[in-house]
Amino acid sequence: MSEELSALSISHLYKSFDQPAVDGLCLNVRAGEFFALLGPNGAGKTTTLRMVSGLLRPDKGNISIFGIDALRNGIEAKKILAWVSDEPMIYEKLTPFEYLEFVAGLWQIEATVAQSRACELLEWLGLASNGDQRCESFSKGMRQKVALAGALIHNPKLIILDEPLTGLDAGSARQVKKVLKQRVNRGATVILTTHILEVAERMADRIGVIANGRLIAEGTLDDLQNLTGSNSDPAENSLEDIFLQLVGDQEKAA
Amino acid sequence: MNKPASLPWFARHEFGLFWRDWISMMTAGRRQREIRLAGILAVALIFMHVLAFFVLVATVANGIALTIPVLVFLGGTMLLSFSLMLSQAMESVTRAFYARDDLDLILSSPAMVQRLFAVRITAISGITMSMSLLLAFPFINVMIYLDGPKWLAAFAVLGAMAAIATALAVAITILLFTTIGPARTRFISQLVAAIVGASFVIGIQIAAIVYFGNISRLDVLTSDILYSIVPGEDSWWWFPVRALAGEPASLILLLAAGVGTLALTIRLTADNFGDFIVAANGVSHNRDRSKATQPRFRSLNAAQALRMKEWILLKRDPWLVSQTLMQLLYLLPPAILLWRNFSGAASSLVILVPVIVMAAGQLAGGLAWLAISGEDAPDLVSTAPLTPHATIRAKIEAVMITIAAIFLPFIMALAFADGWIALVTITGVAISSICSIVIQLWFRKQARRSHFRRRQTSSRAATFAEAFSSILWAGTTGVAAVGSWLAIGLAIPAIIVMLIARAIAPSRQ
Repeated sequence: MSEELSALSISHLYKSFDQPAVDGLCLNVRAGEFFALLGPNGAGKTTTLRMVSGLLRPDKGNISIFGIDALRNGIEAKKILAWVSDEPMIYEKLTPFEYLEFVAGLWQIEATVAQSRACELLEWLGLASNGDQRCESFSKGMRQKVALAGALIHNPKLIILDEPLTGLDAGSARQVKKVLKQRVNRGATVILTTHILEVAERMADRIGVIANGRLIAEGTLDDLQNLTGSNSDPAENSLEDIFLQLVGDQEKAA
Repeated sequence: MNKPASLPWFARHEFGLFWRDWISMMTAGRRQREIRLAGILAVALIFMHVLAFFVLVATVANGIALTIPVLVFLGGTMLLSFSLMLSQAMESVTRAFYARDDLDLILSSPAMVQRLFAVRITAISGITMSMSLLLAFPFINVMIYLDGPKWLAAFAVLGAMAAIATALAVAITILLFTTIGPARTRFISQLVAAIVGASFVIGIQIAAIVYFGNISRLDVLTSDILYSIVPGEDSWWWFPVRALAGEPASLILLLAAGVGTLALTIRLTADNFGDFIVAANGVSHNRDRSKATQPRFRSLNAAQALRMKEWILLKRDPWLVSQTLMQLLYLLPPAILLWRNFSGAASSLVILVPVIVMAAGQLAGGLAWLAISGEDAPDLVSTAPLTPHATIRAKIEAVMITIAAIFLPFIMALAFADGWIALVTITGVAISSICSIVIQLWFRKQARRSHFRRRQTSSRAATFAEAFSSILWAGTTGVAAVGSWLAIGLAIPAIIVMLIARAIAPSRQ
């Protein structure tokens, strides 16, 4: 795959805390695709994505975002990137409009553009009537949607989401998924970690599986089925079966 | 073993939680500090007893007769304690109403919530008494030693005062709840607490300024004017003071008033405690509308956006607003003194200088912690396309501009009276504030904004460095204001404090 088509290119990435968290990980995510990153707890998914987002410094390795060296030119990389964590980090005493105005300021979005995008995003996410109310009284789902609106207000080319659907009700989860799908249709690249394998199965163009800090499998659902030599009948070979087989094999090998 | 969900069971549960919380707060969660903490407390206790002995020994040498001057002095001290107790109790009661913690669990259980309320309110009374005891304990002990066991009654009097203060705090909070609603009560009650806490001291200081032209509270409490207007020695009004001095009838009356008031308040309000908690935690700014009002977005660069965000959050932080208001209230008497001396001798203005510089240093430290360490969306700010240096600079600017906005009116007023003193003060405010901010920068540690009250526990070194720096710069500026070269002698230890803080600080970025 050529470098020009890569939204994210990670090579030989290492990060250790008390023990290795990411251990020589290599990964390529194509521009305009919906990529799901799966792995058991402690596999190194969040650590990897935090390094991509500039929230952690890797011990070794390279990260390139749309051809920009994210480790050497972090500011340029951040201009086209958005990060949403599983725990919505917003300011309780700000209203969604104030929060979005703040985020627009950080990303230097012109006021009129930011305002129209803010209205559009809040409308899409079902928060139009809550735009001028402080976030302190919001449910977790509403907070997560405000955080997502903040991540999208600067029209990022690469959107990274770490467990964005955790704790959301069915309605909120559907709204979030719809917005993400719309973004991909408009040309953005989405990388998402999730433990809800059905989401990855239904939404992702390609899936990567991480275990023990390494990428152990990558490809479309069909590719993964072929890799594990599973039965071609999808009813009998869900992503869950494939995932558990891949992770189980890795644990045995370890 | 107590019966589950009974009063003693709840009391044991609450005390266990309180004790662990207190130990964790004092030791910052490190168990090895417990022995050191016990040692420090013991030394502090001995020191306070020695100090109290030397303060009281001459006064008590010939025994204490309850004459008008003694009654006025003790009564004034009791009123001061009571205003502080009421302030403390109001803050605790507000927190008890708005805290979520384990209330979801308890409210959803079949346990009687009235019992929990009774235990929590009684505990607030106990904690309020303990706070006063911190200062009063050595003095009462020394009085018992010098003048006899009748002064043991002072402990009971403090308990009764704390009970009345707590009952009053519950009543005020519930009154606010029912009149202005749960959404505003939190903010207003903290403001009221701040005003109540400062009111007595400030009132006496203002009286001192008006009648005596100085700021000494002692001048008021020992003045012939006051002696001539207070009730006579035998008046019923003095019964709390007589209780303090161990007179049995007065003591029984005061104790009965304290216990009775608290018990009655609990009895009358406990049934609605659950409703108040539900109302407080269901506070919503959501209004029943289909469309929100769309504000006009401003074109902001990253630094402006960060500063604007900090200012909005500071403005909407009720505890911070009440603390700032309290600091400003304490500046009110010096401001009145300034006004009185406007056309008179400027020399007395010198006493304002250290007060302003000290207040600026302390306020800057608190604001800097909120802006630098208390960032609630660190991931958002870290993933924004701006350097960490630019982020920190914008936050520091937000703090410095806030400090300037608060203290500039005082300095401008000083400038009209004496240019030199104003110049020295503005320099002191700037240095003291910058030092506090720099200390917070060196010791920064990511935390939730809501943990502001516990910021001291995360780094004792930062707390002490900030306090010593503010005190020493206040002293330096005060001495410099009178034109003495001795200011250099005070500036040197202030610089040494900063150098030590720099040396031991974990962050060196």
